[in-house]
Amino acid sequence: MIRNLGIVIGLFFTVVLLYSFGVGAYTHITEPATKTAKKVFHKYPRDAGMPSDGIFGKFDKAQLQRGYGVYKEVCSACHSLEQVAFRNLTDIGYNEDEVKAIAASFQVPAVDPDTGEATTRDGLPADKFPAVYPNNIAAAAANNNAIPPDLSLITKARKDGSNYLYSLLTGYQEPPAELAKNFPDDVPGPTTHYNPYFENLNIAMAQPIVIDDQVTYADGTKATVDQMAKDVTAFLTWTAEPKLEKRKQTGLAVLAFLLIFTVLAYLSYRNIWADKKH
Amino acid sequence: MSFPWAKQYNPTNPAMQWIDERLPLPRLVYNAIGAGYPVPRNLNYFWNFGVLAGFALVVQIISGVILAMHYAPNALVAFDSVEHIMRDVNWGWMMRYMHANGASFFFIVIYIHMFRGLYYSSYKAPREMIWLLGMVIYLLAMATAFMGYVLPWGQMSFWGAKVITGLFSAIPLIGPTLQEWLLGGFAPDNAALNRFFSLHYLLPFVIAGVIILHVWALHIPGSSNPTGVEVKQQSDTVPFHPYYTAKDGFGLGVYLLIFCAVMFFAPNFLGHADNYIPANPISTPAHIVPEWYFWPFYAILRAFTVDFLFIPAKLLGVLAMFASILLLFFLPWLDRSPVRSGKYRPLFRIFFWIFVANIIVLAYCGGATAEEPYVMISQISSAYYFAHFLIILPIISRIERPDPLPASITEAVLGKDSDDSAPVGIPETRDGPATQPAE
Repeated sequence: MIRNLGIVIGLFFTVVLLYSFGVGAYTHITEPATKTAKKVFHKYPRDAGMPSDGIFGKFDKAQLQRGYGVYKEVCSACHSLEQVAFRNLTDIGYNEDEVKAIAASFQVPAVDPDTGEATTRDGLPADKFPAVYPNNIAAAAANNNAIPPDLSLITKARKDGSNYLYSLLTGYQEPPAELAKNFPDDVPGPTTHYNPYFENLNIAMAQPIVIDDQVTYADGTKATVDQMAKDVTAFLTWTAEPKLEKRKQTGLAVLAFLLIFTVLAYLSYRNIWADKKH
Repeated sequence: MSFPWAKQYNPTNPAMQWIDERLPLPRLVYNAIGAGYPVPRNLNYFWNFGVLAGFALVVQIISGVILAMHYAPNALVAFDSVEHIMRDVNWGWMMRYMHANGASFFFIVIYIHMFRGLYYSSYKAPREMIWLLGMVIYLLAMATAFMGYVLPWGQMSFWGAKVITGLFSAIPLIGPTLQEWLLGGFAPDNAALNRFFSLHYLLPFVIAGVIILHVWALHIPGSSNPTGVEVKQQSDTVPFHPYYTAKDGFGLGVYLLIFCAVMFFAPNFLGHADNYIPANPISTPAHIVPEWYFWPFYAILRAFTVDFLFIPAKLLGVLAMFASILLLFFLPWLDRSPVRSGKYRPLFRIFFWIFVANIIVLAYCGGATAEEPYVMISQISSAYYFAHFLIILPIISRIERPDPLPASITEAVLGKDSDDSAPVGIPETRDGPATQPAE
């Protein structure tokens, strides 16, 4: 009974699926899928070569500080960093006084203790980076209807995030001539910019890092466009995963322990079974 | 336990005697996973995965309870509270990565456990109940994992919740009302998040309860084994402890090595980048996919692209997806071959491996974008999935000529039917009224 019923149900689903397949295959042959601009021009990220890559990866604190400089000078005009607190900056090598000074250079929302009205005050190390815009509507209105995403988690919120970010920042270019010829609808408009690493090739953000020495580095590193893109990528890799170093160090210790445990467990298994053929 | 040669619990420590006389809990443990449980001597490494699944559940419960101390199930702050765990809670990042990857590893382990059951037909009489309870655990685990994935309240959480509860809206007449009732609103929001959190906390304990039944049912006939031949005599078995505790200890070490390698060095590899974007009801992700362990079923759901007769494609997909899981409950009655182990079933073995390859293809299509050629491939693969269980398996069990079976487990291991080194003085065989199951 169960088997007969099963065969009926099985035949039903199989027939429907084969019929769907037939319809799909027929459509596929009679109306071949049109090539999209994305399929032709979209590129996978280039390797950014972050020092935090690999199982022994570590952050380069000097680089993170340079990256913070790029964020402060360039990105922070539009992009917030709301998951990060000023106190976290001690992790990238700033001392307490420096952190206090950095925090004080930002205005954070507050309540006036006398009148109870909304006001602002200098930031404290315990504060998080304040929002750039009061709300999404303001953000969209100021940026041709595109809301600049918060950057705290950006390298984890995109596939292959660090490489993607570095490629995107250095990937602005003139649209290829074939794009205008074959896909006139995909040519960047007046408020978008061609970038083959971006999902739909046309990104609303104008090229942020344009010329060498756009940001002044205190440590004497030559501020090329490529260097600045790498440094800010390193900084945003840290903001997304501040515990990365601790995670990898802990992981190595855990694996070393487990390796010894497993070898001992294997030896005791062999020992206990020594007289039992199995 | 049912075998007459099973060792009896006989504590020498007065404290254990005192406890055992008042509450025979030590005896229960001794007979369940101690020296009092005789187990076939020929189990291979695939029999490690039951213990591993139990271990994985314990890891999930412990890490989950700790995460719940810091997580806030409110749509306004859920995403930030997860980031709080990742950044400010001591070792919070480790707990969260352990829990997120632990879910994936729980499914890896139970999938291997299930495929073991399929290859060696562990579901056949007298072990149908073990299989049925295992399927209940599997269904509960899927529900728990789905609701857990919603809790971080990222983009994939939100849209996953929307798509999966949307499946119920395909039911004629009551569908849309049912979806609203499940979500507590027109779209996933605070009401949905709160109930998902509540159930996500509850269901693992239900799973733990069903696991107790699963293990209880296992101890009635005893463990199956790679030959599929039932235990006949004492030389066929070894006591669970120390033989299989030692083997499970080694298996656990290997499992932990792989688990920790992923958890510490590629913690986001099995997840989806979009879930690090806060949930946004007005921005649909380009490509909504569930977690990898749902991909085969997601492929079956999406394989139905055209209406058939009067039934809409969406309803067909939903029915087929649920049917593809529910039919596994009927497996003991679909496969009627008297031989259990795939080792002695040449025809079954071929189709088993085709089935495994087919599942991998289905999983790949479920994770890929819904465009050609993946849709066509998943249509063929889904058809094969149903055909395998509902048509091919019953036919094989009728026409197949199995290879000759060994007379006993001892013969399969030693080449002769008795083990001369076995101790004497205890009833050797399982026949006769005295050997009826004690429980």
